[in-house]
Amino acid sequence: MELVKPEIGLVFWMLLAFMLLLFVLRKFAWKPIMGMLHDREDSIDEALNMANKAREEMKELKFSNETLLHQAKEERDSILREARKIKDSIIEESKLKAKEEAQRIVEAAKESIQYEKLSAMTELKNQIAQLSIEIAEKVIMKELSEPEKQKALIETLMKDIKLN
Amino acid sequence: MRIKYLITLIALWLSFCISAVANTNESEPETKGPEKFNAGKMIVEHIVDNHEWHIATLGETPIAIPLPIILWDNGKFECFLSSNFDHHTKIYKGYKLETEGEHKGKIVKLAADGVSVDKEAALPLDLSITKNVVSIFFTVAMLCLIFISVARRFKRNPNSAPKGLQSMMEPLILFVRDDIVKPSIGEKRYKKYMPFLLTLFFFILFNNLLGLIPLIPGGANVTGNIAVTLVLALFTFFITSFSANRQYWAHIVNAPGVPWWLKFPIPLMPIVELIGVITKPFVLMVRLFANIMAGHIIVLGFMSLIFIFGSMSLVAGYGVSVVSIAFAIFMGLLELLVAFIQAYVFTLLSALYIGMASEEHHQHEEIIH
Repeated sequence: MELVKPEIGLVFWMLLAFMLLLFVLRKFAWKPIMGMLHDREDSIDEALNMANKAREEMKELKFSNETLLHQAKEERDSILREARKIKDSIIEESKLKAKEEAQRIVEAAKESIQYEKLSAMTELKNQIAQLSIEIAEKVIMKELSEPEKQKALIETLMKDIKLN
Repeated sequence: MRIKYLITLIALWLSFCISAVANTNESEPETKGPEKFNAGKMIVEHIVDNHEWHIATLGETPIAIPLPIILWDNGKFECFLSSNFDHHTKIYKGYKLETEGEHKGKIVKLAADGVSVDKEAALPLDLSITKNVVSIFFTVAMLCLIFISVARRFKRNPNSAPKGLQSMMEPLILFVRDDIVKPSIGEKRYKKYMPFLLTLFFFILFNNLLGLIPLIPGGANVTGNIAVTLVLALFTFFITSFSANRQYWAHIVNAPGVPWWLKFPIPLMPIVELIGVITKPFVLMVRLFANIMAGHIIVLGFMSLIFIFGSMSLVAGYGVSVVSIAFAIFMGLLELLVAFIQAYVFTLLSALYIGMASEEHHQHEEIIH
């Protein structure tokens, strides 16, 4: 029976001790501990949230970077394509121009050659005419140096006139 | 829980066996003298409270730490050391430690002749610092020391990872908070009850564990003492009652969904409900007390077996000691588990009762209308 009969003295001391323990621990231990645990949980939560947010941002940033890069590449490609096109067209054009110029030059050369040839021919003709005249003069002078020959000539000339 | 019942059964069986063996020994004519081993007596002496802290008995002389005795008798205090009784043998200032009878282990007042016990007079109110009281004080001091230093560490490094003692206690604190109190009481109101439930949990756990250590300052059977569990259960009872809301009391006086004739001429349901209110802390008290006491009894029983067999023959004693110690170690390990489980169960049920009493439920009102 003595096992199940609570003793007053022990009940008294137990009550006192437990109340004291409750008071002391509540004031000096549980309050700060619970508060700090709560704070720490909050800060951990916050840190995790922030990390998540940062990760999202990074993802977004990466995505935008990628699109930017893509765009830049495309732009570069298009610029290159255009430049090539322009280059080709310039080359084509200049080739054409050069051909035209060459043609023109050749034409002009031909013309001037023709002209030169013509003038040379005229001069030649003139000289030949001069020479022929001089020769004819000399021949005539020689032919007409004698009076019979002059008479003969006048006679022939007279004959022609008669005919006319 | 089934294991627990099994252990209690074994404990009962064992204590019966031992007392049977002891009784047969007692019934024999006393040939070997008064120092014959009595297992039942030894076990009970070890699990009840004591006015001195007995360490060992060398030959005939017991070695014990004397503890202060405080008596409130006839309107005045009497204080002296228990060594004045000289281990139950001497009378001091007209008081004596009774060794047998219904007041066994209590301090009784002697009649005017100074020899016989005063049967008429009431027992003096015994407020002595007994073995259990010292043990409780020790636990209180230890808990204060541990948790205040943990709190200091928390304050000093608020947002760092736990370290040292803190990392040992923090999981337990979080366990009490997240697995016991929060689900039982609810997110909204649990904070108010945390100090009590944490104190309760650690007080029970530390006392349970200290009780498993056979050396001083452990070894006292604090949580296996009904006075201690009574106080703890009373705390739960009063906190439950004071935190109860209107619905809780209304539910007791006028249980909804019950035919009126169960309440009106004879208040049958209110009586049943009221008994239920008292049963809850009562069961708390008995469960912890019985579990811890049973554990102590079993281990002591195994130890007693060695001496019982030893008193038959020396060889049998040594032979049994191997088995006994193996079983005692097994029991010790089991008791480690029980120490934790009982602290957990007591705290969990306290939290549940508080949660039930302060719960805001609306469906019952609907039934009333």
